[in-house]
Amino acid sequence: MGWYFLKRLLQGVITVWFIATATFFAMHNVPGDPLLNDRAVTATIRANLEAKYGLDQPLTTQYLIYLGNLARGDFGISFTQENREVNDIIRQHFPISATLGVLAVVFAAVGGVLWGALTALYRNRLPDYLIMFLVIMGISVPSFVIAALSQLLLVSVNNVFNTTVLPVAGWGTISHMLVPALVLGLGTMAYLTRLMRSSMLEVIGSDYVRTANAKGLPATRIFTRHQLRNAILPVITVLGPAIAAITTGGFVVELVFAIPGLGRFFVEAVQQLDYTVIMGTTVFYGAFLVFMVIVVDVLYGFIDPRVRLE
Amino acid sequence: MSGLTAADFTPRSEAGPKHGISRPSLSYWQDAWIRLKANRRALTSLYIVIALLLFTIVGPWLWRVDPALQDLDQISQPPGTDRRAIIVEDYQPWAGESQLTDVTGLHLAQPATTQAVRLVWDALPGASGHRVYRNLFPVGPELAFGVPLAEYYDNQVLYFEDRLDLRPGQYYYSVVALNSRGELQDSFATIEVQLQRVTTLEEAAARGLIDDSERLQVGDQILLDLHPLGTDYLGRDMLARLMAGAQVSLFIGIGAPFLFVLFGLVYGSVAGFLGGRVDALMMRFADFVVALPFLLFMILFKIAFGIGPGESGVFPMLVALVVLMWPATARLVRGQILQIREQGYISASRLLGAKTHYLVLRHMIPNTMGVVLVTLTFAIPSAIFTEAFLSFIGMGVAPPTPSWGSMSNEGIKTMLTYPHELIFPALFISVTVLAFNLLGDGLRDALDARMRNQE
Repeated sequence: MGWYFLKRLLQGVITVWFIATATFFAMHNVPGDPLLNDRAVTATIRANLEAKYGLDQPLTTQYLIYLGNLARGDFGISFTQENREVNDIIRQHFPISATLGVLAVVFAAVGGVLWGALTALYRNRLPDYLIMFLVIMGISVPSFVIAALSQLLLVSVNNVFNTTVLPVAGWGTISHMLVPALVLGLGTMAYLTRLMRSSMLEVIGSDYVRTANAKGLPATRIFTRHQLRNAILPVITVLGPAIAAITTGGFVVELVFAIPGLGRFFVEAVQQLDYTVIMGTTVFYGAFLVFMVIVVDVLYGFIDPRVRLE
Repeated sequence: MSGLTAADFTPRSEAGPKHGISRPSLSYWQDAWIRLKANRRALTSLYIVIALLLFTIVGPWLWRVDPALQDLDQISQPPGTDRRAIIVEDYQPWAGESQLTDVTGLHLAQPATTQAVRLVWDALPGASGHRVYRNLFPVGPELAFGVPLAEYYDNQVLYFEDRLDLRPGQYYYSVVALNSRGELQDSFATIEVQLQRVTTLEEAAARGLIDDSERLQVGDQILLDLHPLGTDYLGRDMLARLMAGAQVSLFIGIGAPFLFVLFGLVYGSVAGFLGGRVDALMMRFADFVVALPFLLFMILFKIAFGIGPGESGVFPMLVALVVLMWPATARLVRGQILQIREQGYISASRLLGAKTHYLVLRHMIPNTMGVVLVTLTFAIPSAIFTEAFLSFIGMGVAPPTPSWGSMSNEGIKTMLTYPHELIFPALFISVTVLAFNLLGDGLRDALDARMRNQE
């Protein structure tokens, strides 16, 4: 297990290097000169920046300087926000995105497993049709529409009760997080519901469930001990990529609900062509995702003994 | 052994029932088509997809309205708005005379039209000046007066003419008293005004709404341009824009998956067929590409390509999608090829002397086509979503090129006042994605033998 983890970690480091390289060369291709800003860049500032990033050096040297800075964990200084390091921006705003993302993943996973199991147990009956209809809606309606509609709903709910039941936008307390997290996790929840349903149907038809039934076990015990535990495995495999999709997919929800997360910062940085922030955020997110996938894979080994043997 | 005579060894009579295949044999695709036809949901989705393609390709031929043309008389009009306009005289300056003398308080000096709203009022109690407001909603207990339009610091001027961006419908005008220092006082008067759509002969002729031959006079009614689905915030025809947007959204949504599935097919079959170290290396590279954070790199590639003036940004998005999304198909096809390579019919074919290219073209690729087709169908909604998503956060196609995503982005800003500007593009996105998803489900059931009978 230790060796496996170490091997995966090494692979992860190489993957992060690839992401960093792709980011560097993509950004190098962006038309325009980062130092030709509207604001006058004096000769001294220019010289300082050129020295720091080796902008007057050949591309390979620039690339090596960039990799060296990355290895030391230095993402540079923002080009548009004065006196702000990219590290500071990430440190301040990533926890917000991460909190939102974790909550969304929890919603998606719990909801997906429960709804999926329910549809399979009530196969071809009313709850099945009802939930699958909602799932199809969740897959087909774009997240920005759902976000806007949920805000509209919140406004009318608040109007009916004449107090702020749940805030419509902003960030700060747990009540600010609930609705955005739900909206963010909805697409994944729909996907996981479908996955859980087919996995659960397979388990229901399996021999060990029949045996358990024949032994006369109560239905709840079969459900918790035999069906749920086995059916949940495929859901856990896709959880890594799902976390990835949710955390980086937070732009829209952060924009619509006015949440000061890293996704919104990234969009702003792109609009202002803030080179260091764009590169730093991309590499940081990439590394985060690679790490998350490794963690989920390792966890999977703990949960499913069959994987550990391989 | 006795009892057997020579008669027992006569050949069996040929007249007996023959055993054979009673029904005509079906090819893989014929079988799949029959299964798909039996699936009502999938078939309906297929019809919807065809209808959408017709809407995109044939639509602009039938509805020949320029999607960029602005109809300034009809801005943000929901579908089914009254198109009648009454012809009035050209605008004449006004200095506060009221035609109605027997009315007191805040009142209209003459009937309100989209040309001008003329208000006259008596000085409010205790006022040494007035401020005029306009709102789309009643003032209500929270005293929401709306937009301040004008301020007067003496009681000499007791009239106001509004010509600012007037549209037919309801307006609420309020006049609030000011004290000598120009501060707001408590006393106010409010009035509900119904605006009538009017136009002048000159304007109507300039817009091509009337011929010179028509002898129209002031007071006559004419019809403004027809917009079946209404207009957007710049007065552009929604139907024409939805069609133009469909061209962009579906071009990206179908073109990009087609290209990256094709690339993934080639890449995956080469890797799977060659095997060994080449396969390991090629798949390693695919793993790297999968690890790139998808949306961030979509945006990164888009700015890396750059959008020059006058370009729509459709092509960079297409390329970015292809570059980032091929590995999934490549992995899938590789897995299929690895499986097929070990099948008995491949060995049999090889034994009969089939060459490599024959094996690949005749056996391997056709046998992966089912899976590839299903992947393609499921890739289309995700590509459409990606385009909509990026256009929504302003990183997609550049305006004025419409796409369903950018139209939603514009529509969401006026969601409460003009919901149709959001509903139509969002509906088109949802229906398209839904249709392709259900069609994909149906195709998977029809094509993939292992997935059959599971649902």
